[in-house]
Amino acid sequence: MAERKIERVAGRGCVLRGNDIDTDRIIPARYLRSISFDGLGEHAFEDDRIQAKGNHSLDDGRFAGASILVVGENFGCGSSREHAPQSLMRFGFDAFIGESFAEIFAGNCTALGLPCVTLEPEDLATLMDSVELDPGQDLVIDLEARTVTSRAGTMAAGIRDGTRQQLLEGTWNATAVLLEAGDAIEAAAKRLPYSDGFAE
Amino acid sequence: MSPPKSLFDKVWDLHSVRELPDGQTQLFIGLHLIHEVTSPQAFAMLEEMGLPVRFPQRTFATVDHIIPTDTQLRPLSDPLAEQMIVALERSCREHGISLFDPASGMQGIVHVIGPELGLTQPGMTIACGDSHTSTHGAFGAIAFGIGTSQVRDLLATQCLALARPQVRRIEVSGELGQGVYAKDVILTIIRRLGVKGGVGYAYEYGGAVIENMDLEARLTLCNMSIEGGARVGYVNPDAATFEYLRGREFSPRGEAFDRAIAWWRSMSSDPQARFDDRVELDGGEIDPAVTWGINPGQSCGVTEAIPSPQQCPEEERASVEEALRFMELKPGEPIAGTRIDVAFIGSCTNGRISDLREAARVAKTGKVKPGVRTLVVPGSQAVARQAEEEGLDEIFREAGFDWREPGCSMCLAMNPDKLVGREISASSSNRNFKGRQGSPKGRTLLMSPAMVAAAAIHGCVVDVREIL
Repeated sequence: MAERKIERVAGRGCVLRGNDIDTDRIIPARYLRSISFDGLGEHAFEDDRIQAKGNHSLDDGRFAGASILVVGENFGCGSSREHAPQSLMRFGFDAFIGESFAEIFAGNCTALGLPCVTLEPEDLATLMDSVELDPGQDLVIDLEARTVTSRAGTMAAGIRDGTRQQLLEGTWNATAVLLEAGDAIEAAAKRLPYSDGFAE
Repeated sequence: MSPPKSLFDKVWDLHSVRELPDGQTQLFIGLHLIHEVTSPQAFAMLEEMGLPVRFPQRTFATVDHIIPTDTQLRPLSDPLAEQMIVALERSCREHGISLFDPASGMQGIVHVIGPELGLTQPGMTIACGDSHTSTHGAFGAIAFGIGTSQVRDLLATQCLALARPQVRRIEVSGELGQGVYAKDVILTIIRRLGVKGGVGYAYEYGGAVIENMDLEARLTLCNMSIEGGARVGYVNPDAATFEYLRGREFSPRGEAFDRAIAWWRSMSSDPQARFDDRVELDGGEIDPAVTWGINPGQSCGVTEAIPSPQQCPEEERASVEEALRFMELKPGEPIAGTRIDVAFIGSCTNGRISDLREAARVAKTGKVKPGVRTLVVPGSQAVARQAEEEGLDEIFREAGFDWREPGCSMCLAMNPDKLVGREISASSSNRNFKGRQGSPKGRTLLMSPAMVAAAAIHGCVVDVREIL
C-alpha cells in the first residue's frame, strides 16, 4: 500500500506572515462538527479572513492558485486536529515552507503527504519578500537535494531525516509500514507487565 | 550495570517494537483513548482499507467535545453533534470497544476519566486524538496527542511511528505560596520557555514543588505541556500516584496491585539519569498567573503590569502588538482590575474535584457580580457526583454561579457554550487563542479556577491571595 513518492513540490507561493498561528485559527472548531473532512477547504482561516475584510493572504489575488504556503515560526501550534492540514490541503496547498512548525501539525502533514520544510530566518525573510514582489514565480521544494529554489536563489531547507525518507519513498501512510511488523506487535504486547493486569 | 535511564527512556525502550527503515520507532501503545471528534474519519479509513481494530480491548471511548452542558438528553438539539455521537456508538459497537457515554455514569472529558477510572497507569504508553493527551503523564505514563491518520494507524496496529524526542528536566524547587496552583506553575514555565520552547522535547517535571503536588495538580501541569510546544510531559510516579490508583475501576487488585507498585516504582527515572537539557525554577517566586495575550506564553503575575511592546525583545514585538490590539489591553496598566464578562471553570486542565473545591472556597466569599455570565462545568459525571455529595454545587448556586453538566464546554466551543461578540472571559481552560472560545472576536484570560471564581465575584481580575 505504498503511496506516491514525493521528491519535489513546485508551484506558486502564498505568503502568510505572523508567528504562532494556531490550528484554531486555521480551522475554527465549529467546522469539526462533522464525521468527514469534506468541505473543509472553503473554511480555511475563515475567521481571520472575515476580520481581515478581504486583506488576508488567502484572499489576495496576487496569490490566487498558489500551492505552497510560506509561513513564520511555530505554525500549526495548539490543537492536534488533522482538520487543519486537511483544510489547507483542500484549499489547494501541497506543501509548507516556514521558520518552524509545531510537532503534531508537522506529523499530521506528513501523514497526508504534505512536506513541511524549514528555512533559516534570514532566508525565509528573503523568500517572503521575493514572493510578495514577484508572486507569479514558481517555488521548487526539492526534498532529494534539501533545497528551496526561487528567483531569490537556492536555499538550504531543513526537514527531519525520517520524514524526508518517508516522503521520498512513498511510505508516509504509516499504517502499511506498521502492519509489516506482523506478530512482533503481539509479542511486544506480551512483554508488557501490565498486559495481563499484573497476573502472576 | 546498565547505564542510568530516565522514565522516558525506560518506557520508550520497553514499548519499542522495532526501528523503522526511516529511523523512526514503531512504538506499541498500551492505551488508546478516543472521542467523537477525531475518530470517525479514522474508522472510515480503516473500513476503506478493510482492516479490523487490532486490540479493541486496549481502546476506550467517551463523548466530551460536542456534548451540551445544559442537558445531555438525546437526541442532542444540534443534529451535527447527534450524528457524531451516533457514529461513535456504531463504531464502538461494531469493533467491540468500550464506550463511556452519558448513560454509563462514567462519561466525562477523556483526560479526566482516564485517570479517574484507573485506565491511566505508570509506565504505560498512551495516545489519543487530542493534543492535551500529555495530561496522562502525571502518572508517569508517556502520552502523545495525535492526529486522525495516526488514530487510524493505532486502531489498525496498536502502534505509532514516532521519532524519539529529547528529554528536558524541569525542576521546580522550594514551595508554592498560598493561592498559587499548578496552573500558575505551568503558565510560568511556558512564559519562561516560550510556546515553542518544547518542540522536539518531552518534559520531565520534578523538584520539591512537583513532588508535593497531589495527582490532580500534576494532571493540570502535564496537561499544558503541549502549550509550551512539548508533546509529552510527565512526573515520576511515587507513593501519591500509587495511592490515587488503589481501588480504581481498572486498577489491578489485591496482590496484583502490589506487583504493579513494584514495577511502577522501577520505571521512575534513575537518580543519575542524564537529560538533554535542564531548567530550574524557584516555586516560591511564582505568583498567580494571568494571560494578557493570544497564546499561553503571553502571561504575567497578577501583581504585574501588561507589558509594552518596547520592553519586549525585538523578535517578539510584532506578536505583542498584535495581541494587545486584539485584547484591547493597554501596555503599562496593571492586569489586576481588567474587567470580565464571562467566568468559565472547567476543562481537562482544571475540571477536577480539587479545582472545584478551590473555586468553591472563593465562591463562599461573595456573590457573582451582576452582569457576569458564569459556567461551572465538572470534568466528568464522577466529578459532578462527588461535588454534589460535598455540596459544592449548592455553594456555587448560592453565590450565583451556573452549575452545569460535564463536558469540554467553553474551552473550545464545539458545543452551545460560547463567548459572544467581544466578550472577555476569565477561564480555567488552556488556550487563549483568537476565537478559541467560540466568538471570532472573543477574548480569553487564562488563570487558575480560584482566580476565575474571584474574578467572577469582583467582575474583574483580582489577586485571589487577598481573598483566601
